[in-house]
Amino acid sequence: MEEDLDLLQEATQEAEAAEDSHSLYEVKMKFLGRTGKVTALLKGMKELAQEARPAFGKKVNALREALEEKFAALEEKIKAKELQKKLKSEDVDVTMPGRKHREGTLHPVTRVKDQLIDLFAGMGFEVFEGPEIESDYYNFTALNTPADHPARDMQDTFYLTEKFLLRTQTSAGQIRVMEKKKPPIKILSPGRVFRSDDDATHSPMFHQMEGLVVDRHITLCDLQGMLDEFAKKMFSETSKTRLRPSYFPFTEPSVEVDVSCASCGGKGCPLCKGTGWIEVLGAGMVNRKVLENCGVDPDEYSGFAFGMGIERIAMLKYGINNIKLLTENDVRFLEQFKD
Amino acid sequence: MLLPYSWLKEYVNVSIPAEELKDKLFSCGFEVEELTYLGKDVEGVYTGKIVKCEKHPDADRLTVCGVDCGGRGMKQIVTAATNVFEGAIVPIALDGATVKHEGGVQKIKTGKLRGVTSEGMFCSGEELGINDDFYEGAEVNGILILDGDTPLGADIRPIVGIDDYLFDIAVTANRPDCMSIFGLAREVAAVCKLPLKAPETSYGCAKTDVKVTVEVKEPKLCPRYIGHYVKDVKIGKSPRFLRRRLALMGLRSVSNIVDITNYVLLEMGQPMHAFDRKFLHGDRIIVRCAEEGEKITTLDEKEFTLRPDNLLICDGERPVALAGVMGGLNSEIKEDTYEVFFEAASFARDSVRKTSRSLGQRSDSSARFEKGVDPLYTPEIGMARALHLVQELGCGTPTDYGADVFSVPMTKKVVRTSYAALDRVLGIHVPKEEVNGILGRLFFEIDEKGEEFSAVVPLWRDDVDGFPDLAEEVIRMYGYEHIVPTFLERATVTHGGRTPAQAQEQKAKKALQHEGFMEACNYSFYSPKDFDLLRLPADAPERRAIKILNPIGEDLSVMRTTLVPSMLQNIVRNVRRGNYEGRLFELANVYLCEATELKELPEERKHLVLGLWGEGDFFDLKGAVEALAEAFDVRISFEKGTRPYLHPGVTAVVKMGEKEVGVLGELHPEIANGLALERKAYLAELDYAALSRKFAKDITYRGLPKFERVQRDLAVVVGEEITCAQVTECILHACKAVTKAELFDVYRGKQLGEGKKSMALRLTFECADSPLSPETVEKFFGKIVGNLQHNLSAELR
Repeated sequence: MEEDLDLLQEATQEAEAAEDSHSLYEVKMKFLGRTGKVTALLKGMKELAQEARPAFGKKVNALREALEEKFAALEEKIKAKELQKKLKSEDVDVTMPGRKHREGTLHPVTRVKDQLIDLFAGMGFEVFEGPEIESDYYNFTALNTPADHPARDMQDTFYLTEKFLLRTQTSAGQIRVMEKKKPPIKILSPGRVFRSDDDATHSPMFHQMEGLVVDRHITLCDLQGMLDEFAKKMFSETSKTRLRPSYFPFTEPSVEVDVSCASCGGKGCPLCKGTGWIEVLGAGMVNRKVLENCGVDPDEYSGFAFGMGIERIAMLKYGINNIKLLTENDVRFLEQFKD
Repeated sequence: MLLPYSWLKEYVNVSIPAEELKDKLFSCGFEVEELTYLGKDVEGVYTGKIVKCEKHPDADRLTVCGVDCGGRGMKQIVTAATNVFEGAIVPIALDGATVKHEGGVQKIKTGKLRGVTSEGMFCSGEELGINDDFYEGAEVNGILILDGDTPLGADIRPIVGIDDYLFDIAVTANRPDCMSIFGLAREVAAVCKLPLKAPETSYGCAKTDVKVTVEVKEPKLCPRYIGHYVKDVKIGKSPRFLRRRLALMGLRSVSNIVDITNYVLLEMGQPMHAFDRKFLHGDRIIVRCAEEGEKITTLDEKEFTLRPDNLLICDGERPVALAGVMGGLNSEIKEDTYEVFFEAASFARDSVRKTSRSLGQRSDSSARFEKGVDPLYTPEIGMARALHLVQELGCGTPTDYGADVFSVPMTKKVVRTSYAALDRVLGIHVPKEEVNGILGRLFFEIDEKGEEFSAVVPLWRDDVDGFPDLAEEVIRMYGYEHIVPTFLERATVTHGGRTPAQAQEQKAKKALQHEGFMEACNYSFYSPKDFDLLRLPADAPERRAIKILNPIGEDLSVMRTTLVPSMLQNIVRNVRRGNYEGRLFELANVYLCEATELKELPEERKHLVLGLWGEGDFFDLKGAVEALAEAFDVRISFEKGTRPYLHPGVTAVVKMGEKEVGVLGELHPEIANGLALERKAYLAELDYAALSRKFAKDITYRGLPKFERVQRDLAVVVGEEITCAQVTECILHACKAVTKAELFDVYRGKQLGEGKKSMALRLTFECADSPLSPETVEKFFGKIVGNLQHNLSAELR
């Protein structure tokens, strides 16, 4: 019996000395494990006289229970201590910078182009992209601008050969569509265009968006109605358009379209040079000769076309004051055009 | 086109403020780009008569003048000028006045000069911004002395001709008829609904026996040639009104006859030339093309060697003028010229333009012809006006000899249409009376037949052909504010949107954007030197670039065949600006053709270029390429490759099946060094067109596996030469149940030994028909390790 008491004391002492759950486990095994001392007591029972065994067994079991209880209590204490230690060791400096995924950006011209496509697609326009290198025919002749036409002087053209050139206008796409497709036609033709012009306000390459509608009963009123819709969606709900006479060889009548200045609401400010209006695009009723050139009967069908510089719209929308920024590709500029 | 308000008023009695007229012109299609008040810098300057001139008591070079300024009283002015005298009437800038001074404006105040009060300043012509053509004497060294009958105390501006507005008007290319004062006056009269007073064109004729015969050998290039003989010419100065008008338009007066030709060009839009008849050999004018190498010396004493496409005016023996551009020195008007042969012709605009451009010789005449001069109206009225002015100025006697050679039919165009046709274009109803009124004011002769009408087009309106032109004439005068916006009320409903290819492009850009790339936009052309920068060999296909015949400069002279140079330049520019890191992409066309001499439209092929510098490495760039492929479910693989501009050890070609669709790698350190790029840069170029052909069209759902996956990590030590691809392939080959084998770590260390590395991979096991027991996975694992040992001499770590 003396031994029993000794074991309890010995085990308690050793267990209480354990610093962590691992050493505590080792102590527990030393006494309660398969080869532990308490287990050994039970195994040694067969050495005792038959009549002494039940009493001894009872005592060993009591000892075992007492020890198990002791170990459980100690285990809980140590685990709690260990958790505290672990948590402490995992402490972070929450003021350190977060790790974020850096999203890229789309070019402002792409953003405006996509926005325009979405806007006009909703009105039933399909998108058509013509070639950037064009023949003289599609870029000029078919658009009612034959070789000695004064309008050729309006644009400085990059020539590749006598016959081929870099398109100066996305209007070239009009012809390609009308040659293939019969009315009703509603197309939008975005893309790069090129003019031999390089100064503070001109780039030799820029983007245009051409729109063309050919159907029965199309009038100038429809043109303005559509452009009003465009101005409202693109600039502000209160935007208005103003038509004024102009000249393009492929439209008759031709108009220059101004949108009320979104910056001052039409009162006049430096952006609109005090006029309250900003010139945004050129448009007009498709010239009968152009329809004829494409095999469309001008007595049955009529249409309108409009063309705008995407850079110009982007500059107006985002307040960009220098067209050169759009092709410099400075990341400090580009990163501002986040979604 | 410049338009002085004072000159305009000679034909239209318009009295509205200049700003209002500007708006009216704008509304009918003539944008006033600049409106200048000529006297804006000259404020508070009045006329005064010097009644007393005395020497300054303390300064030898100063004079103290008493000046009678009429209603403005007597003033005392101290001046350093030496040309003033008692009785002279001069301009005086009184206290508070402004005058022009060295390109700016000077304010004048009462002050003391060496102790004597001066209540202002006498003005020179320069201080008023005028020259001798505005007022004789304006260019003398000293004070402007005014005419003896000038009223005193009057504002100087109307007196010297600067109380005037100058409209600078943008005339559209279809309206060459408005490249003249009178042409613009017609529009002003129409838009203001005021009567138009035509300039006087009558003249009396004296008899003559002189005949200068005119022969036009190139009727296409010269559809009309009018000549007229003027005798008893007295060369001299032009009167003030004429000189002043030329001056307003920026022209200097030469002599009465030459001034008349310039005046008619400005007023009527007809370029004219005056030959000294004495020098017209054989009394003949022949309009013909130059012979190869033929020479002419023009008025400005420049000699030109000509080609057969240069049109010449010749006399019986030699060229006397470069048609439409400039007269010859051999027949110019001199001080002793006593007879003149005037020319008013119509030359083909293209011919004049080509000659002017090829010889680099421009003149007001050539500029005007390049816009187009109609053959029927303008030469005739121009000649008549010139002859009238000769008579009015008394500088010669028009004779009854004139020549008029023309090859165009002298008929007027007629447009037959209906009022309804105009309404159909415009979409609104314009009352018949309005249509008739507007067209009438624009000099169309209207013949109304019920709902239909015919309009005879004025001879100067080459631009009007059909009813849409008439609709435009009507609406620009009726007012665009009458247009009522409608939204395709009667048109067919259509379905719009992007094509699948366009939608994919948008998605591709989004995928790259998500990988942290910003979209760049570069010109479609660059320098041929860019190919050298990439160290491309002489026979590299990229060098077969299409050339621009008339580039802005060598730097922008060839069409892109690869997008890499643009991206490289973008990186260099960014780094130079202190943007030490970044990621850019551009999706754009390259232009490919077999021969650089284009016979047909070249292939425009979409390429994608990626650039990454400063932060990240080859595998970040590769990750972006992989992400793009994954976004479209395209299978690509990477193999070691080379490019002259990429690091030989850090370059991969991208393959789709067996086809090479791109390349990526680190910029060659030598090139980076040459460009002073301190941090590494990585570039990728993909054949987007090829890649996009395999883009998955749609999403197809694949069923989920019934049993969960099992992941196990594997670390093997292999020789340095063994690639990740070899290990992965060996694993996948060894065991079909491995669906993924992803490398997540490579370790090199002393304990592994020289030339060895440890590769750690995460294997994913999946089985469709039964759950994977730990024993099965263990079995697979063993087989994989066995294969790796056998094939790659790998050891389990």
